[in-house]
Amino acid sequence: MENKPVIKGLKDGLLIQLPDGEWEAVQSGLLDILDTQAAFFRGADVTLDLQSFELGVIALSELRELFLEHDITLHAVQTDHKPTTFAAADLGIKVIHSDDNLKEPDFESELPGDPAVLLRRTVRSGQTIHHPGHIVVLGDINPGAEIIAGGNIVVWGRVRGTVHAGAMGDENAVVCALDLSPTQLRIADKIAISPERKGRPRPEMAVLRDQQLVAEIWKSDRKII
Amino acid sequence: MTATILTITSGKGGVGKTTATANLGVALASMGNSVVCIDADIGLRNLDVVMGLENRIVYDLVDVIEGRCKLRQAMIKDKRIENLYLIPAAQTRDKTAVSPQDMVKLADDLRPNYDWVLIDSPAGIERGFRNALAPADKVIIVTNPEVSSVRDADRIIGLIEAEEKGPGMLVINRLKPEMVKRGDMLGTEDVLDVLAVELVGVVPDDEAVIVASNQGSPVVLNNRSIAGKAFENIARRLSGEIVPFTELDAGDNLLSKLSRLVRSGGD
Repeated sequence: MENKPVIKGLKDGLLIQLPDGEWEAVQSGLLDILDTQAAFFRGADVTLDLQSFELGVIALSELRELFLEHDITLHAVQTDHKPTTFAAADLGIKVIHSDDNLKEPDFESELPGDPAVLLRRTVRSGQTIHHPGHIVVLGDINPGAEIIAGGNIVVWGRVRGTVHAGAMGDENAVVCALDLSPTQLRIADKIAISPERKGRPRPEMAVLRDQQLVAEIWKSDRKII
Repeated sequence: MTATILTITSGKGGVGKTTATANLGVALASMGNSVVCIDADIGLRNLDVVMGLENRIVYDLVDVIEGRCKLRQAMIKDKRIENLYLIPAAQTRDKTAVSPQDMVKLADDLRPNYDWVLIDSPAGIERGFRNALAPADKVIIVTNPEVSSVRDADRIIGLIEAEEKGPGMLVINRLKPEMVKRGDMLGTEDVLDVLAVELVGVVPDDEAVIVASNQGSPVVLNNRSIAGKAFENIARRLSGEIVPFTELDAGDNLLSKLSRLVRSGGD
C-alpha cells in the first residue's frame, strides 16, 4: 500500500513528510509529488522529513539533485538518525530534529475545519507566502507580492498582487477579497488577468465555473456555497 | 551627543535620494546640529557634486575602511554651513569594496561626536543597499508619485522590515499638484494607500532643484524655492517639531475627494 508524502506548512516554509514503506516506493511517490506540484513549491523553503529512513551521502545527494531538477531548493532535512545527520552535514544540507518544534501545533478542536494560516499585515512587493492549506490575510496584497495556497485564499483587504488558490490542483478553491484587483489570479491550473475596474471596489469571490475563472460580487441575498 | 544614523534609500534610481540627503544635511546643520553625510554609492558617487564639494576630495569612504587614512582626513568640511561634513564615496571602486560590518563600525566611530549621520544609499536591493542599511537607526524611503517608483519603494520597505529596521518614513518627491488634480499623477493618498508607512514630507517638483544641483548649492539654501522649503520642513519634523502638511502636500485629486464623500454616505 503506497502512502503519499504529506505536505505541511511550517513557520517559514513547507515540510514534505515522507510516508512509511519501501524506499523505492517512497522515492517514486516523492518524485510524483514533485512532478505534479512543482509550481506550488517553487520559491518556498522546503524541508524534507525523512522520518525513519536512514540515508547516506549518495542517497541524500541524489535527493538534492531530484529537487534541483524541479527547480526546488532542498533547504533542510529532518531526521533524528545520527549517521544521516552527518551525511547531510557533509553535503552542506541543514539538519533539523523532530523536537525542534517547528511544525504547526495540531489543534484539537471539536469543530470540523481545515488548517489555515492567518497573516495580519500587508504583504509587500517581492514577498511570497506559500501554504498547503488555506491562507487568510488581514491586510492588502500589494502588486509584486505572491500568495500561493493549496486551499482557499481570503483577503480582508485589497488584492493587487498575484494569487494562486488550489495550487496543488483543487479546482474548487476560491479567492475572496474586499477589493479583487489582482495582477494575475489563478485557481488550480487556470489563469486570469483582472479586467479594468469600473466604479468602486466591492467584495468579490473568484471561482472556477465550467473551467472558466469568474468573479462574483457578494450579494446579501445569494448563498455563497 | 549620540548621533542618529539616518539612511536615505528608495529602491528605484533617480527619485531624489542624493538631493534629499544633501538638503536634509544642510537643513539640519543650519538648525544647529553637527551633521556628517556619507555617500554610500561607491562607483557612482554624486553627493559630492550636489553639495558642491567635489573639488576638495582627497580621501574617500573606501580609504577610511581600508585604513589608508584616518576618519577625520576623509571628512570634507562644508565652508558655507557650520558643522556639516561629507565623507565621499570612491569613484574607482565598486560596492564590494565595503561590507555591512564596515559601515556599522564607521557609524559607531562617528556616533559619539555628532548629532546626525546621513547615509545616501545607492539604488537597488543588493550589496550597496545592504551596506547603507546596516548601521541605520532610522530610514527614509524616497519615492516619486509614479507607479514603478512606488512598486520599488514597496519592495524596499519589505526588505527594511525584514531586517527589523522598519518601517521607515516616507518622502514623496517631485509631486506636481496640477497633474494630480487632473488625475494624471498619483496623489499623496494613492501612494500611502500602497506603502502604508508614516509620511515625513512631500516635496513638490521644482526647477530650482536642477539649477541648485548644477551649481553645487543645495536648494534648501534658496529661500524662494518651494522644494527647499519642503526639505526644511522635513528636517524640522525629523527634529521632533510638528509641522502640518499643507493642502499643496495633499495633492488630492478633487474627484477622489468627492467620491470619498459619496462612499461614506451611501450604500
